[in-house]
Amino acid sequence: MANKVLVFLEQRNCQIKKSSFEAAKVGSEFASKLSGSVEAITVGYEIDGLEKVGGYGVSKVSHFKNSELINYSSSAYAEIISKFALDNGFDIIFFGNTSLGKDLAPRVAVKIDAALAMDCISLNFENKEIVVTRPIYGGKVLLDLKLNSEKKVFVLRPNVFNAGIATEDKAQVAVENVDSPNMSVKVTEIKKSEGKLDVTEADIIVSGGRGMKAPEHFNMVEELAQTLNAAVGASRAVVDAGWRPHGEQVGQTGKTVSPNLYIALGISGAIQHLAGMRSSKYIVAINKDKDAPIFQIADYGIVGDVFEVVPSMIEEIKKIKS
Amino acid sequence: MKIAVCVSHVPDTAAKINIGNDGKSIDPTGVTFVINPYDEFAVEEALKTKEKFGGETVAISYGPDANKETLKKALAMGIDNAVLLKSSDNADSIAVAKALAEEIKSQSAELVFFGKQSVDFDNSVVGQMTAELLGYNSVTVAITFGLEGNKITCEREIEGGKEVIETTLPAVITAQKGLNEPRYASLKGIMAAKKKVIVEKQPAEASNGIEILAMKKPAMRQVGKILGTDASVVPELVRLLREEAKVI
Repeated sequence: MANKVLVFLEQRNCQIKKSSFEAAKVGSEFASKLSGSVEAITVGYEIDGLEKVGGYGVSKVSHFKNSELINYSSSAYAEIISKFALDNGFDIIFFGNTSLGKDLAPRVAVKIDAALAMDCISLNFENKEIVVTRPIYGGKVLLDLKLNSEKKVFVLRPNVFNAGIATEDKAQVAVENVDSPNMSVKVTEIKKSEGKLDVTEADIIVSGGRGMKAPEHFNMVEELAQTLNAAVGASRAVVDAGWRPHGEQVGQTGKTVSPNLYIALGISGAIQHLAGMRSSKYIVAINKDKDAPIFQIADYGIVGDVFEVVPSMIEEIKKIKS
Repeated sequence: MKIAVCVSHVPDTAAKINIGNDGKSIDPTGVTFVINPYDEFAVEEALKTKEKFGGETVAISYGPDANKETLKKALAMGIDNAVLLKSSDNADSIAVAKALAEEIKSQSAELVFFGKQSVDFDNSVVGQMTAELLGYNSVTVAITFGLEGNKITCEREIEGGKEVIETTLPAVITAQKGLNEPRYASLKGIMAAKKKVIVEKQPAEASNGIEILAMKKPAMRQVGKILGTDASVVPELVRLLREEAKVI
């Protein structure tokens, strides 16, 4: 097998996402383990700093360009990437497991007839094959698998693989102008949640549960989050009660997160919640009930009243930040 | 218009999951299986669409006999017909998508709803794969859905916001929580569902590109420290986060 590796670089707002540099690093590492080669592909209009991917070991990027492709289009992106992969004989493709990557990778896998591993959290090289570990059942179980097919697609969970520090190397960028892309599915508008960090992209998450007692008390959760430049998360109970939007829900029917720090306020730790945040690097729990399951997985706990502890945390953190 | 909704039968999210003796599957003992939570939003949207535009709805599930329970649930909510694509295999996503696409084609369904992911293997790919195989347009993780003529407008959840997407029928839409408020099955619906026949079909065998090597439980986290019972330990907490954990 030729072992030609392709890495998809995702752009939003004309910038390459961090998760794409992580994929580039992993792609170039496996290309060298497999004695193969690596290239990257991106789709969009104007894209800043594409040559930087050279710093992660990928020396060539093909940029498929058209002003209509500035936003994501599943129909156009899938066609362009699959055709490029087939025409140039790529047999392994890496994507980031972002909202765009999750939508796109399975389409490309079908078009090029590849087997697919989503949401990979570790890749190991065993007997010259790639063994994937990925969480299933919302993180309650870890699955080891390998892909038995000529072509393979791996989709990597963001923030898990370390892109490391980029070298000074610059990639060569080949611009390919796209004539009349297939825009049968197209984004007509992007509505941003003003100034809010998404739980899947934040280094720190401050989450509130039923122990916050009422929706208006989430001011306190928001203030602590703001002090720490963190995202606000929520338990299923408070989302179901309509206190918080479902985009903030952490757990098995919400988002699975692995931030550096997860602060759980008034969250008891239902099994489906723990599954979604247990891979956080550090966990802090504040809860009145000393038997709450959240304390089983917390690194630091305070068995106390959130309404007393949280304001004091805000004050203390402001002190050290100033 | 014919509307299809694809449903899967999965362990309840409140269930504790243990690994079976073979080390490659879960032990179903004592685990309650339910309709996949996201599929309830898909069923509701199929019903709402039929109520608005007329037509016929069909629920399709791939898997063993036990999946009939989930198909019954869809029927009780108001879906007209149900098909079980019977398989005992632990098929991978593409095999499932191929079987579903065949059935959707034979039903000539123009609009297909899925849940955005099944909460067992959490791949969130079968909807997109099925759409590709059918040559249908598709939108995933939809939190709104509108249909006018053959034009579809959806909002799709993305990191830190949402995308407004336009496309046309025929289409596959995968449902995210928030798309609607799934209805409860009425007593009348439950009684009617009991009388309905679930059509069973044998899907063609598909090759499986994924080899499961092992399943394991994630490593237990070390039990941490309880620092105290009131705000007096907050300075110590902040110090630990800064100096020991180095996360703030």
